[in-house]
Amino acid sequence: MNSNSKALYFSENIPKWIFGFIATFTVAILLGIFVFLLISGLGTFKEIGIKEFLFGTDWNPNAFDTPAWGIFSLVVGTAMISLLALFIVVPFGLSIAIYLSEIASPKTQEILKPLVEMIASIPSVVLGFLGLLFLAPLIAKIFHLSNGLNALTASILVAIAALPTIASICEDALSSVSQRFREASLALGATQWATIKKIVIPAAKSGLIAGIMLGLGRVIGETMIVLMVAGNSRAFPHSLLDAVRPMTANIAIEIKEVVVGSFHWQSLFMIGFILFVITFFINFLADILIHKKSL
Amino acid sequence: MNKIIITTRKLNIWYNGLQALKNVDIELPENQITAFIGASGSGKSTLLRSLNRMLDIIPNAKVEGEILFMGENILSQDTDVVALRRKIGMVFQNPTPFPKSIFDNIAYGLEIQGIKKKYEGLWQIFNNKKNNFVEFEKSQHPIDIAVVKSLKEAALWEEVKDRLRQSAFRLSGGQQQRLCIARTLAVKPEILLLDEPCSELDPISTKKIEELLMLLRENYTIVIVTHNLHQAKRISDHVGFFHLGELIEFGKTKDIFENPCQKITRDYVTGNFG
Amino acid sequence: MKTKENLRETAYFSIFRVSAFIGIGILFLTLILLFVSGYSVIDFNFLTKNWQHRDITQGGILPAILGSFYLGFGVIAVSFPLGIGTAIFLTEYSKNNLLKRIIKLAIRNLSGVPSIVYGLFGLVIFVNLLSFGTSLLSAILTLSFMTIPWIITASVESFESVPQKFRESSLALGATHWQTTRKIVLPAAITGSITGGIIGIARALGETAPLIMVGATFYLSNLPSSPLDKFMALPYHTFILATQHSSPYANTYAAATALVLITLTFLLSSGAIFLRFHYRRKKDW
Repeated sequence: MNSNSKALYFSENIPKWIFGFIATFTVAILLGIFVFLLISGLGTFKEIGIKEFLFGTDWNPNAFDTPAWGIFSLVVGTAMISLLALFIVVPFGLSIAIYLSEIASPKTQEILKPLVEMIASIPSVVLGFLGLLFLAPLIAKIFHLSNGLNALTASILVAIAALPTIASICEDALSSVSQRFREASLALGATQWATIKKIVIPAAKSGLIAGIMLGLGRVIGETMIVLMVAGNSRAFPHSLLDAVRPMTANIAIEIKEVVVGSFHWQSLFMIGFILFVITFFINFLADILIHKKSL
Repeated sequence: MNKIIITTRKLNIWYNGLQALKNVDIELPENQITAFIGASGSGKSTLLRSLNRMLDIIPNAKVEGEILFMGENILSQDTDVVALRRKIGMVFQNPTPFPKSIFDNIAYGLEIQGIKKKYEGLWQIFNNKKNNFVEFEKSQHPIDIAVVKSLKEAALWEEVKDRLRQSAFRLSGGQQQRLCIARTLAVKPEILLLDEPCSELDPISTKKIEELLMLLRENYTIVIVTHNLHQAKRISDHVGFFHLGELIEFGKTKDIFENPCQKITRDYVTGNFG
Repeated sequence: MKTKENLRETAYFSIFRVSAFIGIGILFLTLILLFVSGYSVIDFNFLTKNWQHRDITQGGILPAILGSFYLGFGVIAVSFPLGIGTAIFLTEYSKNNLLKRIIKLAIRNLSGVPSIVYGLFGLVIFVNLLSFGTSLLSAILTLSFMTIPWIITASVESFESVPQKFRESSLALGATHWQTTRKIVLPAAITGSITGGIIGIARALGETAPLIMVGATFYLSNLPSSPLDKFMALPYHTFILATQHSSPYANTYAAATALVLITLTFLLSSGAIFLRFHYRRKKDW
């Protein structure tokens, strides 16, 4: 019984070492993203105070004599589009989720749920393009503008992009509420809608909030749509019909023109780092909510 | 007096710092059915799982002492655990066929020893039509022989002989459990450990398995953990009674049930607690 | 009173139902609008000829199609082994401690980080630090690392759903840990992994932002002959045609390119959905 120990040791440990190596390498690089962004962006604060960077409303890195480095306009651009998009997509996505989970027949559900998920496979450049071609002129016509490249147009399209995320996760949250609760409520003589409103939705609360948060993460990170239809103005936006430049678009626009390692370069990386932290954090909170439920 | 096949000496086991087994010295006779009885948490399952080193897969289990099998201490570092588990097989409480066909379930134990199936992969799909059990019985391929033999030994052959390629999940609970026994027998163990094998089965399936074990005793040593005192009385030759991690009493079934030495044993076997 | 409540319920339910159909409607509207805008230029030439940027009506998008395919295969080749290998280590070999939980959590959340951040990462590491330059290789690596967290998460979920009792029974028969992983766990869990992988690839192929930063180009005369060459890709091609090209036909060609792109991503996603559906039906536990 002891003779094959050596062969056994190797046959057991070689796979372990190989997978261990793969895992360590992969995880190290993934975690390294955080590190590399930080390092590349840190130089920003050597020249600019944190307050001026975060709250200055003038972003003009290429200005002739006095470049300005305040990203607040960019942050407001992101916030505007994100909040408006959420405002549009949350009721929309929740409605779809409720329909799929509580009202639709199983057969309908089987067909419709994948179709809703398919919206997620529309590349955002395609949504942006269609927005450019059709939605922007439409908005321009309705509001009598010279063009429709503004926060409103962008928000509508970003909402569409986030729709599958919210609908899917909220539907999962509602479906996983135990059937027993619905049965008990109906047996007491409540209508289906009362059951949904007073029993199912509160029971699924943490999953629903998680879905909304993941939707938020999705809209904050959207780049292509805003690049194409949000207007790209660095000025501080005053209304939804103003052209805006969210943080993501700003990085995409300017990164091609900067000198590697220059101060401008570093500041763009710092914006990227801030985006990373915000979206990671939102995902993190949503994750806790989802996993708290399944305990 | 039967020959002793397994001996434990001063066996102590801890889970997460809590002691589950205290100083157990036990001698298990060959070709007999020994039952471990006792209340929940008495340590009987823990002892069972230590005998085939299945405690190794539990990260916080600590084992001290000696377990002697075939003259060697199987707790030592150089024991070939994989070979050990072929000699000491185990059937679990919850019937666990693999998500494979009935045939492949039994073939698995041989495959992992390097014996190749006659038709692998795609070939197997082409040969699936041959459900003819007569052909199987006549076949000289080592895996076919082993499958037929162990299914017959487990008294399952007649019930599954014409559907060997079907998914094992289509069998009833009792049949699945007998399949697990057949699967274990196919690797030709000397000892069969069973951890409450009938507790999830109906009375008829239970009876079938009990009859099976009594037949198997001729060629194998059987150790069974059971909550069912009637079962222990029906089928076992020896009984070990456990309480709070200690082996309270060990002896012939008749003696333990009719004339126990310890008061606590008497209380348990007469149903006063547990 | 009962009628009033019923009326309210009917009203709400109608809203919900309409929402669902509007949602689906958006899907079809997208396809229809694209089709109407671009179908006129799609023909065999369009799909197989090289790109002519002086007169775009003379050329085709073959380089972009090929570029996307190279990208896709490259991302599969890098992200599948790294992603699935990491998942196997996390579920079958590593100890269940706090570090493991933190790593799983971190990886899950990395899949929500915007693609442009991955683009920045790719820029600093692959393009500059490792000097691969803006090339197919940089793009493949960047998109791979964007896809890997998603693959790891889907695979871990799939592996963890294989009941522990299968592993126990296998070990009890005298199988080694690796044999158990390879012959019992892997076959049972691989479909879930692959489904997640396909969805990840579909996402990667539709991404433009990272390509802006690490790789794709619009002005190319030859097909890439090595991974260090510049290349074209469908999403980037669409983007440039839509926003920066001066030809009066640019929009039509952009729509046509977008149509090809969306066909690709839809095929992949449908494949994944079908696989998942078929697999759920077959699962025995």
